[in-house]
Amino acid sequence: MNYKTKERENVIEIRDLKKSFGDNHVIRGFDLNVKDRESVAVLGQSGSGKSVLIKCVIGLITADEGTIKVLGKAVEQLNQVELDELRTDIGFLFQSNALYDSMTIRENLEFPLRRLRRDKSKAEIDAAVQEALEDVGLFHTLNLMPSELSGGMRKRISIARTLIVQPKIILYDEPTTGLDPITAGEINQLMNKVQEKYKTASIIISHDLDCIKVTAQRIVILKNGINYKEGTFEELKNSEDPWVSAFFNT
Amino acid sequence: MIQTKGQFQSAKRFLFLVGDIGQFTLRFFREGFHKPFEWKEILKQCGEVGYRSLSLVGVTAFIMGLVLTIQSRPTLVEFGAESWLPAMVSVSLIREIGPVITALICAGKIGSRIGAELGSMRVTEQIDAMEVSGTNPFKYLVTTRVLATSLMLPLLVIFADTIALYGSFLAVNIKGAVSFQLFFNQVFETLEFSDLIPSILKSFFFGFIIGIIGCYMGYNSKKGTEGVGKSANSAVVVASLMVFILDLIAVQITDLFYEL
Ligand SMILES: Nc1ncnc2c1ncn2[C@@H]1O[C@H](COP(=O)(O)OP(=O)(O)OP(=O)(O)O)[C@@H](O)[C@H]1O
Ligand SMILES: [Mg+2]
Repeated sequence: MNYKTKERENVIEIRDLKKSFGDNHVIRGFDLNVKDRESVAVLGQSGSGKSVLIKCVIGLITADEGTIKVLGKAVEQLNQVELDELRTDIGFLFQSNALYDSMTIRENLEFPLRRLRRDKSKAEIDAAVQEALEDVGLFHTLNLMPSELSGGMRKRISIARTLIVQPKIILYDEPTTGLDPITAGEINQLMNKVQEKYKTASIIISHDLDCIKVTAQRIVILKNGINYKEGTFEELKNSEDPWVSAFFNT
Repeated sequence: MIQTKGQFQSAKRFLFLVGDIGQFTLRFFREGFHKPFEWKEILKQCGEVGYRSLSLVGVTAFIMGLVLTIQSRPTLVEFGAESWLPAMVSVSLIREIGPVITALICAGKIGSRIGAELGSMRVTEQIDAMEVSGTNPFKYLVTTRVLATSLMLPLLVIFADTIALYGSFLAVNIKGAVSFQLFFNQVFETLEFSDLIPSILKSFFFGFIIGIIGCYMGYNSKKGTEGVGKSANSAVVVASLMVFILDLIAVQITDLFYEL
């Protein structure tokens, strides 16, 4: 650990997180720290509970046990107003994009802005929409409907919608899954560009090794509901552990 | 023995469903009337509900008026009471057929739309996306739709009644000419406020139940495309059933008032 990262504070602290659905014990004591401006990837098999994990972070799912502190606030102790307040600082990229399909791209982007930053004027909103769309290179889609876009374009619009409120933290749920390698590569670059421009910290959920390699500084493996292994890409790639090695070398 | 066990299970499931819908309704009253109100969305939904059902409701009401009149004529003729035709038809249209048929059509048309729309929003995580955008999705989606159906159904019923009476007028005119004025004079002589008010009131409740059930089914949709289909389907089935149950209750209550 070098001097610089040591000085930064934790923006996300997860301690001994547990979550079950009936008899399905999905998360069984997970710990994670994310420092300011750090990108951490959480890697795991399908169904290992990655989506559940970050939904707990943003308060969409309530954890059974453990604590989650985001920007110094304990998520489970916040009331609705405080939670909404905290959410203005967190961007969430849904695995399924979750674009509002009855609204145009412009309305999709305006929605969080009008809701979370109620004091903005019309001109400010227009400017923010334009900037976010230009960041993802899709300004020309302004008046289209989500159904008129390709999968890769929808993913970018979805990223634009999380960017628009200028969050301090972005939670990416499988940003590149289901995209061709070239489009996936573009999304990876976009994520790095966003990180650089907006100085965000992020948790990147993925099982796409290419994505993790170029976007994350540190990787945590989620297996059997716990943080099974941690390290940089190189460290894990050369790991002795048979499971990790199988994951990285196929 | 096995059969009774199965029946017991489905009865239990039904009771759970009723309890859940009851809770959902309570939540509507708890969360629906806090600021900030979603005026724009309420207006938009009113437009959707009203405008989209207008033609279907109109056509059906017209045919009902026509058919009811044509079929009632022979019976009245038999008793030599043909001149009572407008009076009889208008009472049954306004009191019963107008509200119930309109509600059933709306249960099919609006209930299924709401169920499918909210269901697919749930399945594709759009409802979660609203929540992380600092919006209470219950208020934004459910409250607005329930208010819209409750407000628009009485208006649709009045519209349906008018068209049905016009249909009835045409049917009276098929045999034996009756002027427009004479027909409607007779209609209004028979009709009283005590026919109209309960009918409007009950359509308000029909609208409410259609909205609540459509929203409940969609909002609690199970994952997957099958879930969306099921939500839309149950929205129509349960809402139609509830319309009849409410109608039964409404009849009992109005009866009580008549006796007073
Ligand atoms: N709302 C829920 N109710 C019940 N079980 C759930 C719910 N959400 C998730 N689960 C269960 O939790 C487990 C983990 O799900 P999750 O979606 O987090 O997996 P994942 O790691 O994101 O997988 P994938 O890579 O396929 O997205 C699954 O077994 C799933 O069935
Ligand atoms: Mg997932």
